Amino acid sequence: MLQVSIDPAKVPQELSQKTPGYWASVGRRFLRDKVAVGAALVVLGLVLLALIGQWLAPADPYASSMLSRLKPLGTPGHPLGTDELGRDMLSRLLTGARLSLFMGITPVLCAFVIGSCLGILAGYAGGAINSTIMRTIDVFYAFPSVLLAIALSGALGAGIFNALLSLTIVFVPPIARVAESVTTQVRGRDFVEAARASGAGAFTIVRVHVLGNVLGPIFVYATSLIAVSMILASGLSFLGLGVKPPEPEWGLMLNTLRTAIYTQPWIAALPGVMIFITSISFNMLSDGLRSAMDVKQ
Amino acid sequence: MLAYLSRRVLYTLPIMLGVALVCFALVHLAPGDPLVSILPPDASAEMQQQLRTLYGFDRSLPEQFISWVSRAVQGDLGTSIATGRPVAAEVFKAVGNTLILATVATLIGFLLGSLFGFVAGYFRNSWADKLASFLSVIGVSVPHYWLGMVLVIIFAAQLNWLPATGAGPGSSSEWALDWAHIRHLILPAITMSVIPMGIIARTVRALVAEILDQEFVVGLRAKGLTDFGVFRHVVKNVAPTALAVMGLQLGYLLGGSILIETVFSWPGTGFLLNSAIFQRDLPLLQGTILVLAMFFVLLNLLVDLMQGALDPRIARS
Repeated sequence: MLQVSIDPAKVPQELSQKTPGYWASVGRRFLRDKVAVGAALVVLGLVLLALIGQWLAPADPYASSMLSRLKPLGTPGHPLGTDELGRDMLSRLLTGARLSLFMGITPVLCAFVIGSCLGILAGYAGGAINSTIMRTIDVFYAFPSVLLAIALSGALGAGIFNALLSLTIVFVPPIARVAESVTTQVRGRDFVEAARASGAGAFTIVRVHVLGNVLGPIFVYATSLIAVSMILASGLSFLGLGVKPPEPEWGLMLNTLRTAIYTQPWIAALPGVMIFITSISFNMLSDGLRSAMDVKQ
Repeated sequence: MLAYLSRRVLYTLPIMLGVALVCFALVHLAPGDPLVSILPPDASAEMQQQLRTLYGFDRSLPEQFISWVSRAVQGDLGTSIATGRPVAAEVFKAVGNTLILATVATLIGFLLGSLFGFVAGYFRNSWADKLASFLSVIGVSVPHYWLGMVLVIIFAAQLNWLPATGAGPGSSSEWALDWAHIRHLILPAITMSVIPMGIIARTVRALVAEILDQEFVVGLRAKGLTDFGVFRHVVKNVAPTALAVMGLQLGYLLGGSILIETVFSWPGTGFLLNSAIFQRDLPLLQGTILVLAMFFVLLNLLVDLMQGALDPRIARS
């Protein structure tokens, strides 16, 4: 299933050597990649939609009407039809971008912060601290990610906060593992040794020498998780474990429209198209970022 | 090899204990009284106390954990709060159905994924490579529960070729090897196979590309080996990793089948989890998750050992 596995191809085997023009050359390589630029534009559009979608909506996404339930595509006044409660689908899809993207991106952001801290601490400190952190993480890693997300949110109960918390717990272990592995590589480098020899404290070394070298690879790995997170977050809402009705959220809309697959099948499938577009764009964006940042070509 | 085997098995034991601890903690993570779903609202204090003792909630947490683990090891996962039946029996009935679905899906995913991966790796940067890579991105990006809905819309609702829900005719939950049951398996298995397909295609493409670049391939060609002969060498080198990925995918599908089982009302563990969650049947939730997670840990171990056996370099490292 969808798994937050560490795809060996996605973890940089060797840290890139950074020269002064590094970021400029990353930018140049990224812009040459047409697929990645296209994906970046779609992601930008979706983020924009999340910010202003509610003002673009032609109708009130919450206004239900018993008389105009499940109208087909192209109904006057409802270009994308209406849902099972007669609410305008176009308005709900546009307004839903905010909550759907928020539910998908927030857990990865939180896990990026927590996982990086844990991984860098484990990688830099080594020894007993490393074993304690990494063996605990191994336990969470021993669960298939969908199962862990559902187990946690199932036990905690439905709700936005519980879903975000469960997904964050799912994404911390893989990010921490990647962070630990790149930090261990950096720690063995000569410049870290040189900094230590010249009297720099552990905190300074991490802040100045380690962070700059490890955050890039961890960030690229984290972006590849957003696609998974979008599918899982909407999946939780689809199961009734995330966002609660009547909020517009794509996974929840897919769930409530399931009853309509025999009457208005194409309307029932619409919210999934949005989830699919979001997830595939983030995947392609992340692939592009990775090949642009990896100097070895 | 023996050292590798014992090291790997020993490493699994603390992981299993940790997994059990997480499963145990789930019940105590849950807000509210776990007994609330069976207690009538006007239950007397005495009756509450009786039930608490019956389910063991009156003892200290470490005591509860130890007795839970020791009973679980003997195959007793407690009693379902909602149905009053033993959890172990319910879980094992459901695991069989999920296993059938996940195995068929993994096999489809493996066959298609290897095919795409080999084509893409052999003809790098050709249109076939681009198509195969695109299909594998779709495989890992598509919300599979939505794909399931779309397949139901097309093949069940519109064309009426295949059944939309259930595992067999007349909502039977027992599986049998006949056409009536296989018909029910087709849509959920295809839906489930897209993710392993995408991941295996990506892995195989990378492996094939890497192996074809190695000097021994040039050597084989130079000594006059046919294309098919070279292909056999490539397969031999790809197989251990590809099989390992396939094994892990089977584990992910077993644990992550809940969304697809919900779409297709497939009577497996995902369906069981779903009802456990919405009836707040915590012993059932805990037991199902424990069984699935242990399955996954053991499968991981098996895959590692198999890889060690197929590729002596791994066991020696």
